[in-house]
Amino acid sequence: MTGDKLLQIEGLTKAYPGVVANDGVGFSVAPGEVHALLGENGAGKSTLVKMIYGLVKPDAGTMHLMGKPYTPAEPRAARASGVAMVFQHFSLFEALNVAENVALGMENPPPMGDLAKRIREISNAYGLPLDPERLVGDLSAGERQRVEIIRCLLQDPKLLIMDEPTSVLTPQEVEILFHTLRKLSSEGTAILYISHKLEEIRSLCDGATILRGGKVVATCTPREKTARELAEMMVGGEFKATDRTQRTLGHTIFEVKDLDLAPMSQFGPALKKVTLSLRAGEVLGVGGVAGNGQEELLATLSGERVSAPGTVLLHGQDISDLGPNDRRRLGLQGAPEERLGHAAVPAMSLTDNALLTGTVRRPLTNRGFLDMKAARLFAEEIIKNFDVRTPGPHVAARALSGGNLQKFVIGREVLQYPEVLIVNQPTWGVDAAAAASIRQALLDLASKGAAVIVISQDLDELMEIADRFCALNEGRLSAPRDTEGLTLDEIGLMLGGAHGMQEAAL
Amino acid sequence: MITLIKRPTPSRGWSYTTPIIAVLATMIAGGLMFAALGKDPAQAIRMIFWDPLFGPNAAYFRGQLLVKAGPLILIASGLAVGFRAGIWNIGAEGQYIIGAICGASVALAAYPAESHLLFPAMIVAGALGGWLWGMIPAVLKVLFNTSEILVSLMLVYVAQNLLAYAAFGPLKNPQGFGFPGSRNLQQYPSAHNPELIAGTGAHWGVLAALVAVIGAYILMHRHIAGFRIRVAGEAPRAARFAGVVPARLVMFCLGLSGALAGLAGLFEVSGPSGQITDGFNAGYGFTAIIVAFLGRLHPLGILLAGLLMALTYIGGDMAQMMLGLPGAAIQVFQGMLLFFLLGFDVLTNYRIRIGRARA
Repeated sequence: MTGDKLLQIEGLTKAYPGVVANDGVGFSVAPGEVHALLGENGAGKSTLVKMIYGLVKPDAGTMHLMGKPYTPAEPRAARASGVAMVFQHFSLFEALNVAENVALGMENPPPMGDLAKRIREISNAYGLPLDPERLVGDLSAGERQRVEIIRCLLQDPKLLIMDEPTSVLTPQEVEILFHTLRKLSSEGTAILYISHKLEEIRSLCDGATILRGGKVVATCTPREKTARELAEMMVGGEFKATDRTQRTLGHTIFEVKDLDLAPMSQFGPALKKVTLSLRAGEVLGVGGVAGNGQEELLATLSGERVSAPGTVLLHGQDISDLGPNDRRRLGLQGAPEERLGHAAVPAMSLTDNALLTGTVRRPLTNRGFLDMKAARLFAEEIIKNFDVRTPGPHVAARALSGGNLQKFVIGREVLQYPEVLIVNQPTWGVDAAAAASIRQALLDLASKGAAVIVISQDLDELMEIADRFCALNEGRLSAPRDTEGLTLDEIGLMLGGAHGMQEAAL
Repeated sequence: MITLIKRPTPSRGWSYTTPIIAVLATMIAGGLMFAALGKDPAQAIRMIFWDPLFGPNAAYFRGQLLVKAGPLILIASGLAVGFRAGIWNIGAEGQYIIGAICGASVALAAYPAESHLLFPAMIVAGALGGWLWGMIPAVLKVLFNTSEILVSLMLVYVAQNLLAYAAFGPLKNPQGFGFPGSRNLQQYPSAHNPELIAGTGAHWGVLAALVAVIGAYILMHRHIAGFRIRVAGEAPRAARFAGVVPARLVMFCLGLSGALAGLAGLFEVSGPSGQITDGFNAGYGFTAIIVAFLGRLHPLGILLAGLLMALTYIGGDMAQMMLGLPGAAIQVFQGMLLFFLLGFDVLTNYRIRIGRARA
């Protein structure tokens, strides 16, 4: 019987060479249900939704949509059947306005004037006001997501798939989004919601399917479970919370004073009068939505960009004009957000990638000549201590999953025992277990007396490990506050609230 | 439908076998072309690849092999370092010419004085000349972000005009009965770059090419500087993160490849060619680009590729003379070699699946 279900999936299987991404997956979604897909990275969530959206063809298994067999050959067919998807990464042109961007995604776009009117109607009806004439380049991340959502809503979908929609939003923006999703569901639109933020899933979703290793391991009603229970179902074992024992704070060792930086790209933000100070053993959390100066901050602190004299000080010594290697020599290390192509070289082996930043503080060279054996041992040490899952150090960095490569990158910096470590989005796209071990490694480093700056969009993460919290918004860094006693609402306001976005009265 | 699937780790086996497949494919396609031109393809291929080494006149041609391969390898070794870093020096031909002019000028200025110091001084002048010519695109790129591809290429034509000017003007042989061209350095013992072992064609330039191959290998595969150069070519942002200063890298790569091209020019003008003439440059600087890629930018590969390329030159000349093949057909043949090599290179990084397309 599939009559009362909107989407019914049975025995869906998809194998890639060497790995079965989905193995006999089955679940169902009722009309108007908000259904969560939960699982670690590599559990098979993306493959599953790609099959539903017609991007990947299953090897075996059946799908039924509204009781009829459903075999989308391509996304266009999926959209025609009433399935829409909002991707984690936006596909928008910054130089075009909202209406033009929406028109580009349509098969038969109506005249611009009509389209603009429709965008206004729909966006107001769902509490996501959006001006169709604005340039996408000028929009905040939350507003850009609205463009993607409106694009989907214009097709009047029966099933809306959302992939990690809240990773770019402030808490206030998340609230607005949830209002919209609840309204959609009350009108009968089913929502398939992919996220690893367990609290969100508990507050939003009616049902959840949990995947592990390509198989469905459990289904549940998230409201009836604790976040910890959900995490344990995902990981398939006991979930280890980070150990945040008291650390003793030492002297101030790192200072940034009135740091300005011109934008690094056309639509990028400038840094304006950034000031912070850090004591030994302290973890400072820098929150904020991506694109507000995080990359720029990491670049100026790690030495990729130099800044005006007197703006960056380590142990009182002015290091503003030093490059990355000179800063490493003095004990300051960084780990950028983008793993492939920035923190690591995709086509090079892990041994080579260990050499990338490791030659300054580790004896991996002899008068400039590479000691490949020492480099390989260093890579093996990282792999072993940070539980990097890979056949060995000869494997190219691009062959590793995002989480494993991130463990390698963080491990490479931590094992050089820096005095100051700056990391940008250390657990972005990393599964729960790996994220926990990365956070623990950062805390362990701090407890040995290092100062750590964690730049992250994940507020739960910052609350979990940071001693003090400050917000980066449009290139300005707020004054730091102790994380203890800080509420989510206060954090949201520090992050710029809803960025002036309004929620229309429903 | 043919689908390309990216390999997670580049295939080692294919990176060694693709050059061989490319040479075989060139023989087949080239043979078809020769057949279409009405020549016996088997005979033409044998004449290009076999006769120069083992044919009836091989003793003469074997010497020619090193004479031709030497400058190609010397120039390509320098170019490959830059290419690995994503810095495209297309103007080695110009740097080769300027190196020859500078080296010859030193010799001609000293003429007829004999000294053991003259040849070393010429070497320094040749390298310096090529280095300077390479620094022009480097400095322009660093200061104004110009394209080093265009600037270095255009400077080839400037160098060619300077060469004509030198041959007809300041460097013209005063005792040359009005013919354009300089004195012949082969007849000036202190400035002559002689054959070191009779019959082999090996002169100082060939030795320099070997040293360049070994030096490039040590730099690129054993030293941190070469490691950073490779990183810069693979992932520029990662290179900056690893402490590479892009401006310094541009200067180093263009300067090095310029200096080596200049050296090749100096060894040629003081050796096999002997004099500065209007048509002194024979295209080594451009062919070296092919050699660099044929050798997959690896020093040892370049050594083999340089020899192979020299072979097709000599064999091509023979085929032109003996079979009456047009010169353009030989150039197409050499072009095919590069085409197939880069084409088959796909196999190193991708797997090919033939069948129904699946997303």
